[in-house]
Amino acid sequence: MSCNIMEEISRRKVFCDGGMGSLLQARGLKAGELPETWNVLHPEVLREIHMEYLKAGCDIVTTNTFGANRLKYKPGGPFELGEIVKAAVDNVAWAVKKAGRGFVALDLGPTGKLLKPLGDLDFDDAYDIYREVVVLGCRAGADLILIETMSDGYEAKAAVLAARENSSLPVFATMIFDEKGKLLTGGNVESAVALLEGLGVDALGINCGLGPMQMKGILNDVLTYASVPVIVNPNAGLPRSENGVTVYDIDEEQFAEVMEEIGRMGANVLGGCCGTTPEHIKKLVKRCRDQEQRLPREKNRTVISSYSHSVVIDRDPVIIGERINPTGKPKFKQALREHNLEYILQEAVAQQDHGAHVLDVNVGLPEIDEARMMEEVVRELQSIMDLPLQIDTSDIKAMERAMRIYNGKPLINSVNGKKESMEAVFPLVKKYGGVVVALALDEDGIPDTAGGRLEIAGKIYDKAAEYGIKAKDILIDGLCLTVSSDSKGALTTLETLRGVRQLGGKTILGVSNISFGLPQRENINGAFFTMALANGLNAAIINPNSEVMMKAYRSFRVLADMDGQCRDYIGIYGKKEEGAGEKSRAEAGAREGGTGQSHGLGSCIRRGLKEGAYEAAKALLDKREALDIINEEMIPALDDVGKGFEQGTVFLPQLLMSAEAARAAFDVIKDRMEASGQRQEKKGTIILATVKGDIHDIGKNIVKVLLENYAYEVVDLGKDVAPEHITEAAVRGRVPLVGLSALMTTTVPSMEETIKQLRKDAPWVKVMVGGAVLTEEYARTIGADHYCRDAMASVNYAESVMSGIERAEKG
Amino acid sequence: MNLKETLRYLGYKGGEADGLTLKLAEDCWRELEQKTVKRTCFREFPLSFREGRIHMGCFETVSTALEKNLRDCRQVVLFAATLGVWADHLIRRYNRLQVSKAVVMQAAAAAMLEDYCDQVYEELRKEYENKGLYLRPRFSPGYGDFSIRCQPELLAGLEAGKRAGITLTDSLLMMPSKSVTAVIGVSPVRRECAVKGCEACDKTDCLYRRETQ
Repeated sequence: MSCNIMEEISRRKVFCDGGMGSLLQARGLKAGELPETWNVLHPEVLREIHMEYLKAGCDIVTTNTFGANRLKYKPGGPFELGEIVKAAVDNVAWAVKKAGRGFVALDLGPTGKLLKPLGDLDFDDAYDIYREVVVLGCRAGADLILIETMSDGYEAKAAVLAARENSSLPVFATMIFDEKGKLLTGGNVESAVALLEGLGVDALGINCGLGPMQMKGILNDVLTYASVPVIVNPNAGLPRSENGVTVYDIDEEQFAEVMEEIGRMGANVLGGCCGTTPEHIKKLVKRCRDQEQRLPREKNRTVISSYSHSVVIDRDPVIIGERINPTGKPKFKQALREHNLEYILQEAVAQQDHGAHVLDVNVGLPEIDEARMMEEVVRELQSIMDLPLQIDTSDIKAMERAMRIYNGKPLINSVNGKKESMEAVFPLVKKYGGVVVALALDEDGIPDTAGGRLEIAGKIYDKAAEYGIKAKDILIDGLCLTVSSDSKGALTTLETLRGVRQLGGKTILGVSNISFGLPQRENINGAFFTMALANGLNAAIINPNSEVMMKAYRSFRVLADMDGQCRDYIGIYGKKEEGAGEKSRAEAGAREGGTGQSHGLGSCIRRGLKEGAYEAAKALLDKREALDIINEEMIPALDDVGKGFEQGTVFLPQLLMSAEAARAAFDVIKDRMEASGQRQEKKGTIILATVKGDIHDIGKNIVKVLLENYAYEVVDLGKDVAPEHITEAAVRGRVPLVGLSALMTTTVPSMEETIKQLRKDAPWVKVMVGGAVLTEEYARTIGADHYCRDAMASVNYAESVMSGIERAEKG
Repeated sequence: MNLKETLRYLGYKGGEADGLTLKLAEDCWRELEQKTVKRTCFREFPLSFREGRIHMGCFETVSTALEKNLRDCRQVVLFAATLGVWADHLIRRYNRLQVSKAVVMQAAAAAMLEDYCDQVYEELRKEYENKGLYLRPRFSPGYGDFSIRCQPELLAGLEAGKRAGITLTDSLLMMPSKSVTAVIGVSPVRRECAVKGCEACDKTDCLYRRETQ
């Protein structure tokens, strides 16, 4: 088309077409038949339908490519994906040409699979699936790309990125919400708008799932948050089944009547989805054609998001947890080097429990591949946490990889006033979306005065604008110099805060720097934090596990009228006495045990008391040798519990709680041993994996916890692991025992294949298998050495394999 | 809170659970109740038996067990229900942080899903009885010889992806994992079916089998 769709939208209400599926069914499409094949088999039918929609007055005609992707049209199948997409675009183009008006919208629907970690589709594969269709559609001559019916923000991100990176066409995206305004995968309207606008879509909105009546409330939310034109494509109403036929609760006229209201509310592009017909569109166009078009005004909101919710950075301060950072933390560094992600996850959870709203993620260490580690940590964090993340790195490659796979609109830490920094970071912010922390320093260092820092802030805002990044997506970090070296350090920072606020900007600070070099730093940090908040600080990077800091924050909110009826404050401190929240682990241990001190280590392990076991082990270490404690207290207790489990008097949760209690005790003992240069001998290495195709791994993790308690080195390859990967690991480590888990009959064949490969390349390996569908006999037929009916059975088998090896070595 | 069924899924056969496990089970139920958004979709399809095959509108299959279950039926209600992505999220979270809780969480989620299915079924049952029709017990792919290979067509017929967010992996696992699909026979003939669910299953040596009198 010669005229531009965005220009049209800026001038007048623009109309989409309606449903396709039911129209094709009425013309003979059978149940189970893929609708996209009709582009090739019956082009005349598609052309006729497109023509009817154009005659009804629609402007944007969508190609019949909702499910056209390589998952449904596999290479080498009866229909070539390229042929389908080309024909689909041609059919619309034919109608548009004949009508002399209209735009060809390349339609992209969901892949039909859930992305990892919710399902088994990789983000990168989802991107690739969409890229393929985008390239084909552009080549065939589409005018715009319409991504629709997205119920997962992450999948929408893959589609939008694919569209933006492989075409220069306008990109529209509409999501499917439920009546409460939630996505199926957990996001809401605000988080979806933040994500999509961050990715630079040209228009966004809602489609499918609901009728126009039910969409009004959701549209209200969209209009509250969106700054780009808004699309509304509802179903023909709420469906019900009558004798196997779907009928809707309202007719065409009622549909159009509600759509008229929706147009008045402020929707800019209107059309229909399931069940709507040219008649619906005709009536809708008639009612809305002459409505005044008002484009949404720019919303000056600073918003970041995770896949589940958004966090607004404004007057009410936001707490960013700073603990995921190796600086000055030997244990954290060791965890990174050893690839101990669990340690990092525990840090994350602790901060969330203490009240962090956002988590800073910094994994920079000279000797590791930061880009790879950053991507991995972000993936892990977002698979178990729902807090938005702040990607903290000076490594641009790491920043981009994290931003690309992040599921939401992140905070980015950081850019600064140096030309080089801005030229590297701003293109990423523009492409992936995000709110960026901007440090008020440049080539000449950190200015001594607030005036100097504000000048740099101004320069950063201007440069960002050149890239199309709005001021609302920048947080100025006024920087604080330690007061011990610069007595005016705090005052200069506070003045900078006020200055940025006067400019209408938003601010962020790493608060704890201020006290560097002083004793009892928390005293200074707490006081400075309160001062900064009183001067309008919007976001603070602090240690949320510090009660002093959180007290300052919560008290400030009460005093600044941000905590209505002091509800949050009372909720947290009302039930506790003064000093609460600083309870020691000993007290916690006493709580869970009831009587506290009187329990020995063995008893704590038998009863599954984690805190108690930790304290008891600590106390014992003052009196006895580490190895004696393990051999005389812990192993007998674990054996007792194991036997109880086998006899049916102890059940799985207890067995595991005991194992976890023992693990807590082991951790103390290990620390003590390492401090004195000792090491606990490992009994041998065991590989564990859930086989290819299977993504259940609780069973495998249960076995892992127990084996580790019995002093085995466990190499956990994870879930959905390919046979060759398992074999390779077994060969590389010359590992004597491999444990495989499978839950479904459909994944047992890949277990069999794994065993086959192991027999070939690692003939020394013993293989134990377990999982819901397996039986003794089944295990034998697929060639396993041993079937483990439960977790203890795997420990027993490991003991017998390893002691056999030991005997052989001695003999 | 259905602690009884939760404990059964954990292998307690009517035995008493210790205080710590009970507390864990209660915590899990609370977290699930707070987080999960349950969804269901169902649709009626005509039923016919031709050449040894069962035809149910959007798919057909061969299954002696299902055929027996659908005797005297004229229609079927295809049914899907799910606890959604948050139940999986919680299980995944504790799977990394505290396996004992993951195990209890997954049992609690299974019990919660079963209760939810019963509740939806009960509403459907009443609705049909008002029309003088009777529902047979839910029969899911994977029961007896009813193949889970029917899942793609069954879910597609329900548009379960769009309506309830239920998808399949390449190996036909439902995602979210706490999801159920089933065929429910609709018949003009009332028949009391004493045996359903656990008791209808052939695997009598199952660790988790419900103890019945």
